[in-house]
Amino acid sequence: MQSSDMNDLDDLKTENKNEHEYKDDLSDLSEDEKENLKHAGVDPDTDENSGQFLMKDQSVVHCNMPQKAVELMDMEDALDKYEEIKNDYWWNNVSPNKDEYTQRVKQNDGQGYFIRSKKGQEAIFPVQTCLYLEHSGTIQSVHNVIIAEENSEMEIITGCTSKKNDKEPRAHLGVSEVYVKKGAKVTYSMIHNWDEDVKVRPRTSVTVEEGGTFISNYVSMKAVKDVQMNPSAHLVGKGATSSFNNILVAPPGAHLDIGSQVYLEAEDTSTDIIAKALTTGGEIISRGLISGEGKQCHGHLDCQGLVLSDEGRIWTIPELDGKLSDIDLSHEAAVGKVAQDEIEYLMSRGLDEDEAISLIVKGFLSAEIKGLPDVLNKEIEKNVQKIENNAF
Amino acid sequence: MLEIKGLSVAVGGEEILQDINLKVEDGEIVALFGPNGCGKTTLLKAIMGYKEFNITEGEIIFDGEVINDLPINQRAELGIGMMFQRPPVVKGVTVRDIIEMTGELEAGHDKLSKKLNVEGFIDRYLNDGFSGGEIKRSELLQLLVRQPELLLLDEPESGVDVENVELIGKTLNSLLHEELIIEDNELTRKELHEHRKRSGLVITHTGHILEYVNTDRAIVFMEGKIVCKGNPGEILDMIKENGFEECKRCNQVI
Repeated sequence: MQSSDMNDLDDLKTENKNEHEYKDDLSDLSEDEKENLKHAGVDPDTDENSGQFLMKDQSVVHCNMPQKAVELMDMEDALDKYEEIKNDYWWNNVSPNKDEYTQRVKQNDGQGYFIRSKKGQEAIFPVQTCLYLEHSGTIQSVHNVIIAEENSEMEIITGCTSKKNDKEPRAHLGVSEVYVKKGAKVTYSMIHNWDEDVKVRPRTSVTVEEGGTFISNYVSMKAVKDVQMNPSAHLVGKGATSSFNNILVAPPGAHLDIGSQVYLEAEDTSTDIIAKALTTGGEIISRGLISGEGKQCHGHLDCQGLVLSDEGRIWTIPELDGKLSDIDLSHEAAVGKVAQDEIEYLMSRGLDEDEAISLIVKGFLSAEIKGLPDVLNKEIEKNVQKIENNAF
Repeated sequence: MLEIKGLSVAVGGEEILQDINLKVEDGEIVALFGPNGCGKTTLLKAIMGYKEFNITEGEIIFDGEVINDLPINQRAELGIGMMFQRPPVVKGVTVRDIIEMTGELEAGHDKLSKKLNVEGFIDRYLNDGFSGGEIKRSELLQLLVRQPELLLLDEPESGVDVENVELIGKTLNSLLHEELIIEDNELTRKELHEHRKRSGLVITHTGHILEYVNTDRAIVFMEGKIVCKGNPGEILDMIKENGFEECKRCNQVI
């Protein structure tokens, strides 16, 4: 499951950035493509208020931002326009030498999105971005920068999806660098909707300054070949907070190695990490690390696993690293099956066995996670039925 | 309403109930007494249809139909409802979710749900961190919206304070006696009793609930068998005075 060999990467080419034509209007996409985007939380027909970005293979095919509080740009244009990106933000949170994937992104650098919420302003609608992998035998290589200026607020929904095609290997590599300035708040929700021939290596790192808040929601429910990611947040300013919520479902054939690492570097910082993992036959490694380095920081880590098939596996690895006496870190973890007494209790109220199980499973996936965007909730709901069909 | 004929029930190969015979008529409410571990809860869960409680002999007949092989939900559909003593926590499913999925809060129940102070728990996960009183009120609300014909009540007064016992007792009584629907009618007690069609089996240790729920008769369980039948008040007084030792002694005399 650990993917050390990315030798196969050498056989994959990266598409030309002019391969796909720019579209002024996303509703011009084919019905198949629209459907695909919807599964990744982006609705090409209805969300014109939000501001949308679509990158197909290496081509930015749509980028539009009607909201005044936030900028959304093709990364190449942003790099031309704002010198400070290269100076202060570019490969600043993530090192290009982190691993072979970041090196590969560096080799073919410059495509992706730039999002910046303006100082003191709040974006009303979530910014929608979509990374879409179409061609077989290719690598999509993306480098994004997100900046929330002081006391600004925004929500971003990133959908990652692929066109279903022949089982040629494909890969998605993504570097995302997120900067949450003083008193700013970013809610960053990502839905992975990859196919079973796609290898996925996102590399995300976040810096949160004084009084800032970063909330990450991540959902992966499809039979992706292999995702490995372990995004990190560094809470460098007093009173900064973060929250990571991972909802992971592994159908047969899926391999998910998903973690969250939070470094509580400043005084009075706090975080929680909640990971819900469910397998109907695939493998999930669910990691979490909280490092306590600042005075009176506190963090809680919760890893829950539901194994619905003997073919599946859930391996939770919760880690706490306390480096001071004046800190408060805790974790809880549990892996098991759907409890018979819960099923029968709900049946005694008139639900049949399948209804009871699907309610419990849905509850398991969303319990304790507050403020999950509607699109994520809908995606979870849609998938619970599939989970059941696979497992029972 | 309910007829149990020669029922034996085993859990994990061990026989818990032996040759139980019991009839509950329409509108009749029966109290179940007995020491801990004597099989009272087993009987209620076997009637409800819990898989763990394996019927080795006998029949459970509800409204003329043998229900031994029916799954729990079908028994619930027929009109059997249970108030659990220690219901499981179901994370991610709120009381409101289950209420909306399984029943209807009709206009007549509105008043009642207010009485039950549902605001404190209706949007929380089922039984998650509930106080004793909240568990009972949530259980009661869940029964209320389904309006079962036969209520299986497992220690409705356990783990709650005096105030809640009164609230739960009165609510149960009005559910059993259908006062919800005929609340404003000025019926005589006799007419009320005749009108009553719901039946109940009530397990009680302390008997406190009997101050509010009018039971017609009582039975006493000992070691998986029915050892005594009679007037609820008399039996309760006897137990209070002598404990269940007297039942044992009496049973030997028979």
